Amino acid sequence: MKKLLASLIILSIVFAAGSVFAKDWKKIRVGVEGAYPPFSFVTPDGKLDGFDIDIAKAVVKAAGAEIVLVAQDWDGIIPALLAKKYDCIVASMSITEERKKKVAFSNKYYNTPAKFVAKKGLVNEFSKAAIKGKSVGVQRATIHDKYLTDNYGKDVVVKRYGTQDEVYLDITAGRIDFFLSDSIAASDGFLKKPEGKDFEFVGPDLTDKRWFGDGAGIACRKQDTELVNKLNAAIDQIRADGTYKKIQDKYFNFNVYGD
Amino acid sequence: MDFSIIFDNIGIYFEGLKNTLMLVSISLFVGLIFAVPLAVLRTSKNLFISGPIWVYVYCFRGTPLLVQMFIIYYGMGQFELMKSSFLWIFFKEAYFCALFAFTLNTCAYTIEIIRGAIENTPHGEVEAAKAAGMSSLLRFRRIILPSAFRRALPTYSNEIIFMLHGSSLASVITIIDITGAARIVNSRYYSPYEAFLTAAVFYMSITFIIVWLLKKLEVRWFAHLRRE
Repeated sequence: MKKLLASLIILSIVFAAGSVFAKDWKKIRVGVEGAYPPFSFVTPDGKLDGFDIDIAKAVVKAAGAEIVLVAQDWDGIIPALLAKKYDCIVASMSITEERKKKVAFSNKYYNTPAKFVAKKGLVNEFSKAAIKGKSVGVQRATIHDKYLTDNYGKDVVVKRYGTQDEVYLDITAGRIDFFLSDSIAASDGFLKKPEGKDFEFVGPDLTDKRWFGDGAGIACRKQDTELVNKLNAAIDQIRADGTYKKIQDKYFNFNVYGD
Repeated sequence: MDFSIIFDNIGIYFEGLKNTLMLVSISLFVGLIFAVPLAVLRTSKNLFISGPIWVYVYCFRGTPLLVQMFIIYYGMGQFELMKSSFLWIFFKEAYFCALFAFTLNTCAYTIEIIRGAIENTPHGEVEAAKAAGMSSLLRFRRIILPSAFRRALPTYSNEIIFMLHGSSLASVITIIDITGAARIVNSRYYSPYEAFLTAAVFYMSITFIIVWLLKKLEVRWFAHLRRE
C-alpha cells in the first residue's frame, strides 16, 4: 500500500513537472529593468513604462500570449532569467558574443550607437589623450562597461554604477567627468532634461560590432528555441503591421530600428 | 562551474580586499575613539549633555546603513551650497562618503555597547573607589572603564564582524571592495556562483582571523577569572 502511494505521488510529480516543461507559452513572463529612460522607467504613480515595455507588450500580444512584467536590477538580469524567474528579457540588451554563450537572442528590435557625454566645453576635440586620467562613469555589466574597460581601462578611472540613473546623478554632482552610454538613452534620459542642460555629446558614434554587437534583442534561455522563434515572428509582425512605428513615434522622431 | 575565471581575476579581489580592510579598520578605529568619551557623556545625568548623544545614537541605529550612505553620497551632491563649499573636496569622493557613513554608524552602535557596560559596573566597585577617595575622573580611568571594556568585548566583537559585512554596501557607490570585485567578475562572465562564492571565502577568512584575534584578547583580559 505504501509503495503504491509512493509511486502515485512520484507519478503525479512527474506529470506536474511534465506539464511545466511542455510549455504552450500562453503566458510569457518578461524581465525588464525600469531604470533606463526612455526605454524603461517607472512612472510617478509606480507603473513600468518606456519603449522596451511597450515593445514587450506588443511582441507578447503578437505572439498570442498574456504578459507578466517582472522588474529586475540590471546586473542580475541574466542570472534571474537562467534561474527561471521569467522567460525572456526585454531590456535594451545588446546581442553580443559573450552573452550568446549564456542566452539565446531573438533578432534585434532596435539598434542605436553609443557615445561619450561630458560637461560642455570640457574637451575641444575628443581623443584618448583628452580623456586620460579622467573619471568615466558607466553602468555595470553593460556593453559600454566592457568597451570602456577594454579600450580605456588603463587610461581612465572607471566608475561602475548599478543603474544609468545613478550615472546621471553623479555627473551632475561633478563626481565623474565623462560617461559612456547608449546615445538615445543619454539624450532622452539626460541631455534633454533640465539637469542635463550643461552637458553634451563628445566624440564619434561608437558602433564597433566586437563590443556593441548587432543591436538590442530579446534574450531567452537557450533551451527555449520555440519561444525565440515565436518572438522573432512577433517582431516581424509588429514591424509589418505598423505597431512598431506607432511605438517608435511615441518616443523618438527618427528610425531607431537601424538598417 | 569554472573557477579559472577567478584565478585570472584574482588581482581584482585583492584590490577589493585592500579597500575592504582599509574601510573597515579606519571606520572602526575612529568610531571607537569617539565612542568612548561620548559613551561616558551619555551616562551623564545632565540632559543637555546626554540628550544630543541619545538623538544621534537613535538616528543612526534607527536607519539602515544603506540609507545613510545614499543620503551622504547622493543626497549631499544635490545641494549647490555643498558643492561650492570646501567640504565638497571630501564628499566628492565615494571613498570618503563610505568612510564617513561607516564611522558614524559604528560609532553610534559602539556608544550603546560601552554605555551598557558602564551602567552595569557593580556598585561595590564604584563605592570602594569613592571610599578610597578617587575623583570621578580617576574613578572612570582606573575602575569603571577597564571593567566596562572587559564586559563590552564580546558584544563589540560582534560589532566588528557586522561592520565587516556591512562594508559590502560600499560596492553600491562605485567602490571596488570585495563585493565590488565579485560584481565586476560576475558582470564580465555572468557567473554569479563562482564570483560571489569567492567573495564569501574572502569574508569568511577575514572573520576567522578577527575571531581568533579577539579570542586571544579575551583570554588576556579575562586572565583573572580563569580557573587554574
